[in-house]
Amino acid sequence: MDFKSVVFYLFSAVLVFASLRVITARNPVRAVLYLVLAFVSGGGIWMLLEAEFLAITLVLVYVGAVMVLFLFVVMLLDINLDRLREGFWSYLPLGATVGALMALEMGVVIGGSYFDLFENRVPALVTDSNVKEIGRLIYTDYVYPFEVASVILLVGIVAAIALTGRQRRQTKAMDPAQQVLVKASDRVRLVSMPSEKLEDSVPQAGE
Amino acid sequence: MLTLSHYLILAAILFAIGVVGIFLNRKNLIVLLMSIELMLLAVNTNFIAFSRFMNDVDGQVFVFFILVVAAAEAAIGLAVLVVLFRNLKTIHVDDLDRLNG
Repeated sequence: MDFKSVVFYLFSAVLVFASLRVITARNPVRAVLYLVLAFVSGGGIWMLLEAEFLAITLVLVYVGAVMVLFLFVVMLLDINLDRLREGFWSYLPLGATVGALMALEMGVVIGGSYFDLFENRVPALVTDSNVKEIGRLIYTDYVYPFEVASVILLVGIVAAIALTGRQRRQTKAMDPAQQVLVKASDRVRLVSMPSEKLEDSVPQAGE
Repeated sequence: MLTLSHYLILAAILFAIGVVGIFLNRKNLIVLLMSIELMLLAVNTNFIAFSRFMNDVDGQVFVFFILVVAAAEAAIGLAVLVVLFRNLKTIHVDDLDRLNG
């Protein structure tokens, strides 16, 4: 067993253990922390597959941003754990059966000799860096999907802010809809009243 | 010697764990979202393994886009969760039956 295999089995064991703890952990905060461990181990597996850019992106973006967001939300919510856990173990037989069947079926398909044809291929010698190669593809062949991806991220930002942003009560901001709806009669009230004469007793100017 | 099947079986196990997580945590919306993240990780691992063994970087570009969409999905999902909790004071899935006629 060479060094690469040892690293692979080590990362795989940590990954599977952490994933199992994610779905069985009682406290959601612990589940998020185990998910962080799972993602870091997954990043290691990706590094073994020579996808350096994506491995680093996984750790930076997923662990650094998304998981911290998860952690914030889990900590902000005051959750009644006991109620969420009820019926947990009653679903275990069905869930474990379905999961084991799925893994077994996929293993039968994947683990067979069908994929041996890929083994005969010798991976190309790496001439450029992985980042350079991905960058070249993104900015040439995939430039349009890349821009669509940026729009998706923008939509994500706008949606998240629009959903959670609360209207402040004390602001003096104008509501444009109300401004447009205003009529002249709302602003100026013409009152008809008899005109008033100047009294003689009032001293005239210039006298 | 590591073969493609090693990585694919690892991803299959990971995906199955994600599915079992959805079964087990049917009441807890947060852990449901985390199980989906696990399944996405498994799928991405498949993409990268195939990309490596077929000498084709396109698979990695695809993983890049999946990461973008998954990040947006997580942000919006958590925002929905926060609004839900603010209005209903619960994230119990059984309490979310307003659309149930």
